[in-house]
Amino acid sequence: MVSTFLPFILLLPLAGFVINGIFGKKLNSERLSGLIGASAVGIGFILSVAIFIELLGLSPDARSVGVNLADWITAGQFSVGFSYLVDPLSVVFLLVITGVGTLIHIYSMGYMHGDPGFSRFFAYLNLFIFMMLNLVLADNLLLTFLGWEGVGLCSFLLIGFWYDRKFAGVGILWTGDAAKKAFVVNRIGDLGMLIGMFILFSQFGTLNYGQLTQVLSSGAFFPGGSDLLTAAALCLFVGACGKSAQIPLGVWLPDAMAGPTPVSALIHAATMVTAGIFLVSRNATLFTLSPTAMTVVTCVAATTALVAATVGIVQNDIKKVLAYSTVSQLGFMFVALGVGAFTAAVFHVVTHAFFKALLFLGSGSVIHGMHEEQDMQKMGGLKKYMPQTYKTYLIGAIAIAGIFPLSGFFSKDEILYHAFNDSGPVLWVVGALAAFCTAFYMFRSVYLTFDGKERFDHHHVHPHESPASMTIPLWILAVLSVVGGFLGLPAIFGEHVHLLHSWLEPVFAPAYKFYSQHHASHTTELVLMVVSLCIGIAGILTARRVYIQKPGTADKVAARFPAIHKLLWHKWYMDEVYEVGVVKFIWMTSQSFLYRIFDKKIIDGMLHGIANATGAAGRGLRQLQTGVVTNYVTLFVLGILLIVGYLILG
Amino acid sequence: MLLLLTLLVPLVFALLLCAVPSGNKSLHKTIATAGSVVAFAVSLALWFSFDKTNPGFQFTTNWMWIPSLDIGFRLGVDGMSLLMVVLTTFIFPISIIASYDSIHDRQKMYYIMLLLLQFGLLGVFVSLDTFLFYIFWEVVLIPMYFLIGIWGGKDRIYAAMKFFIYTMAGSLLMLVAIIYLGQYGQNGGFTGDMQKLMTIAPTIPLDAQQWLFLAFALSFCIKVPLFPLHTWLPDAHTQAPTAGSVILAGVMLKMGTYGLIRFNLQLFPQASLHYADLIAILSVVGIIYGALVAMVQTDIKKLVAYSSVAHMGFVTLGIFSMTAEGVQGAVLQMVNHGLSTGMLFLLIGVIYERRHTREMSEFGGLAKSMPVYATFFFIAVLASVGLPGLNGFVGEYLTLIGAYLSDHLGSKLYAVVASSGVILAAVYLLILFQKMFFGPLTKSENASLKDLSGREIGMFVPIVILCIWIGFQPNTFLSVTETSSRAVVGVIEGLKGESRYADVAAARLNPNAPPALVPVKGMENVKIAPPGTPPGTPSSVSPVPMPMPNSKKEPIRVKVPADGGPVQLPPPKR
Repeated sequence: MVSTFLPFILLLPLAGFVINGIFGKKLNSERLSGLIGASAVGIGFILSVAIFIELLGLSPDARSVGVNLADWITAGQFSVGFSYLVDPLSVVFLLVITGVGTLIHIYSMGYMHGDPGFSRFFAYLNLFIFMMLNLVLADNLLLTFLGWEGVGLCSFLLIGFWYDRKFAGVGILWTGDAAKKAFVVNRIGDLGMLIGMFILFSQFGTLNYGQLTQVLSSGAFFPGGSDLLTAAALCLFVGACGKSAQIPLGVWLPDAMAGPTPVSALIHAATMVTAGIFLVSRNATLFTLSPTAMTVVTCVAATTALVAATVGIVQNDIKKVLAYSTVSQLGFMFVALGVGAFTAAVFHVVTHAFFKALLFLGSGSVIHGMHEEQDMQKMGGLKKYMPQTYKTYLIGAIAIAGIFPLSGFFSKDEILYHAFNDSGPVLWVVGALAAFCTAFYMFRSVYLTFDGKERFDHHHVHPHESPASMTIPLWILAVLSVVGGFLGLPAIFGEHVHLLHSWLEPVFAPAYKFYSQHHASHTTELVLMVVSLCIGIAGILTARRVYIQKPGTADKVAARFPAIHKLLWHKWYMDEVYEVGVVKFIWMTSQSFLYRIFDKKIIDGMLHGIANATGAAGRGLRQLQTGVVTNYVTLFVLGILLIVGYLILG
Repeated sequence: MLLLLTLLVPLVFALLLCAVPSGNKSLHKTIATAGSVVAFAVSLALWFSFDKTNPGFQFTTNWMWIPSLDIGFRLGVDGMSLLMVVLTTFIFPISIIASYDSIHDRQKMYYIMLLLLQFGLLGVFVSLDTFLFYIFWEVVLIPMYFLIGIWGGKDRIYAAMKFFIYTMAGSLLMLVAIIYLGQYGQNGGFTGDMQKLMTIAPTIPLDAQQWLFLAFALSFCIKVPLFPLHTWLPDAHTQAPTAGSVILAGVMLKMGTYGLIRFNLQLFPQASLHYADLIAILSVVGIIYGALVAMVQTDIKKLVAYSSVAHMGFVTLGIFSMTAEGVQGAVLQMVNHGLSTGMLFLLIGVIYERRHTREMSEFGGLAKSMPVYATFFFIAVLASVGLPGLNGFVGEYLTLIGAYLSDHLGSKLYAVVASSGVILAAVYLLILFQKMFFGPLTKSENASLKDLSGREIGMFVPIVILCIWIGFQPNTFLSVTETSSRAVVGVIEGLKGESRYADVAAARLNPNAPPALVPVKGMENVKIAPPGTPPGTPSSVSPVPMPMPNSKKEPIRVKVPADGGPVQLPPPKR
């Protein structure tokens, strides 16, 4: 069944892309285009559920099915195919991608209504789903790379979807600039992935995940035993940093908000940006064999989680708040990976897909109802105009803030628990601080948008609730955000209640050979749980005090600490540093030295020099052949005299 | 005969065109198009009757020309040259169709020149005699000189002269080398027979080999062009008419890389090992340099021209990795570059016909007025960027992994640094695309531009189909060249005492021996007797046993100590 369904899951979105891409304009029907797009993914979701049920029926060790669809590249000793691997890890991603994907497709039918590029939009979304599925279902690194770059392409196309609109940013004027920035920064990460692949292939002669894991866990290696493995792991992590927007490659994600909001929800929150987590989880054994790489992952991730959360506090664009929140949450997931809690990372991927997609779609609903307004300072009091959006957004905010018993509480708590247990209190404190910021800025956005005074212009803006095609996906995601946590109940609720953990165990078992996790007592676990719950509540209450009970406090605080406010407002000046230090520098060098001087002056100058010298020599020699007989005679006589003189004197 | 026919079709049609009165303009187009289409059809017949498993040359002719010097009219193809032949015959009809609306002046002569150019190019790829090769090499030069000089842009004379002199300087050295090389003929006699030379030349003393290598390499590297010999290219491209640029980028540059494989690698393996690092370094520098300079161009055509320098750097890097992966990648990349860069030049021609400018700042927001054009342009850009799923990626990736795996090159860093070219490619091509197509329509001239016509779409669709085809099923093409690549690499490996591809190399040199069985895609399941099986043991296909290379089954070289304790990683695979 798996091998029968898999081609359909993969190829239906591709077919949707081709149909909408080539014939979309001719169809000229939003209903039809939307239906084709949504059903291509929807059917995929149903088939994915069928696959999931089938795997569930197998014994845990047999839940890994390979499907080879075609050959791809064969040359010399190198050979990879279009071969796919359906195992517990890829099924989790498969369900999230097709499930959340379907909801967002349906939502988009309402959101993009009336847009001249309606069918083009659905074509791109379908292409994205196709590429994303290749990424997570591939059984080898190169096929993952195909999906990896493919989703980057779709991200480019969708960020620049409204290609004639302005979008402000550092070095960015148009949406197209933001799209280009996303693609190029991602490519820097891809370079890492390429090199990682070179190392692994030259070392093991294969890029197949199964074979790599098998060799790595064969007992021939031990943690820290090989610099090359560390190098390979770090290279792959560079790729993950690019796609999952970790420092220092995270700068593209906030600007990616130039795209339509459903895109931000699907690509830049729920699925594509979690590709980095997938990559590391897929190569978990490689990473556990290199403690250095794991440490690097942890440090980068913790820094990202905290820095992005602090930036999120001061943003006024509702989508930018969510963007920085995404960066920060991705940081959390990488922290989990860094401390070897792979299951916790995947768990957070799943819950985050639910609540962050919900929040983005909610913000989209607000933007839609406010006639494309994104500045929260120009909103306020919207809850009476758009109650459905308000309620669902509030649920999403509670979930991400980590309030029991919503999904975010369980997944985030698990990560913090592992951070405390497997790394230490320092990492826990950093994570807790980031969690506090998260709760604060999320409720800041709730209060600024839906509560308080109505700060919009009543004459021009008439807020309204969104159509059912948009609110129904919101409610479904809201329900998932509430109950999603029960996929991974902590151990204090009993043995084997962490469903996701049991499900993923066969995938990560080889990695855990090299990484023993510490187990703390139930008491510690319970204490940490209560503390993390309190942190979430504290964040919410602080936001409430600042924005509801005493409005104006925020401005006072900002005025009190202008330097800090400026630093956060300018996102720690990361964009500026890149703009001046990298972009401008390379540009100026290429322009004024390489092209104007080296190419034009030195190389061509030398050639012209040779040509001119040849010409000059010719002109000089021509003087000897003037055709004037007297000159010839004179020279002739002079020559004779010289020879005679030489003979006589010599 | 089929090969001879392919070669002669363009010449015959060129002569036919001479007989047509110069007033009948539509007939010129018809004859020229017909000629190129017939040549393509014949070359397809060639393609399908080619035997992939045979490492020798096929469809050979061997007619004596100057018997005293053993110079003959010798033709023949292996997988590599066959691919180049088909690339040539594929590009030409498209280039001719692209010229319909842009060439009005001296039209008859123009099409004659194009057909002669095709004749010369095909001759270069199918010659198996050094003198014949040289003649065709020079034949190519003349029509191209006129194409740039007569139908070119404002500075066409300068560009044509620069192109001519640059190439001429190189090819004269090649002539000297050909004469010198010929003296090593058997029994002290002279020879131009390349198949004989393939056996003789590798035995030439190293110092002589080095000089010969350098003479050939200089000539070929100018054509490629390898940094720093590239400065003729941007001028030639910007001044040439569209079809000229397409053919220049699509086929002519490949004469250089083809020559490097056919002559330098095959004939002078020792010298190749000696100079591999030099050429690899220049290639890597070219990849980065070409990309950086392309980034700051404002003329669209110049930008693409500099990008060619970068792309061809991958090809030379792959060739001088001297691994099967690298050479395979290089050969495929030659085709890829022809397709994607050729398509970019065609697209630039389309907009130039409409707007008579190539300044990037003159455009902006074209996606709105010309959506179909924008789509094709974007696909060409992606192919050029090397996006997986399109042709460029497969070639680049194989050359890079070849360079990384190569133990003939001094450093893994070449591959690593060259890889960063993929970032820069994205930068300059996306800048180009974004400036031309994104943003609002700022200029009124651009708002009323006509989108692509049916004829223009017809030119691009075959290229796009090929780009996607190669992206997903490159084996269609890789399998054709696999044997010839192995035959070349086998010679080099033979010098180092490795024997993976030695049989193939030997089989090429001795065509009378029973053909070695080379596993080709789709034939892996053929059972082969294991090495060491006594002769006469029944084996299902071939009497010559050959170890089966297959990466997936290659044992992984990890040594586990007897005590079962931890081990170190093995040294990098050499």
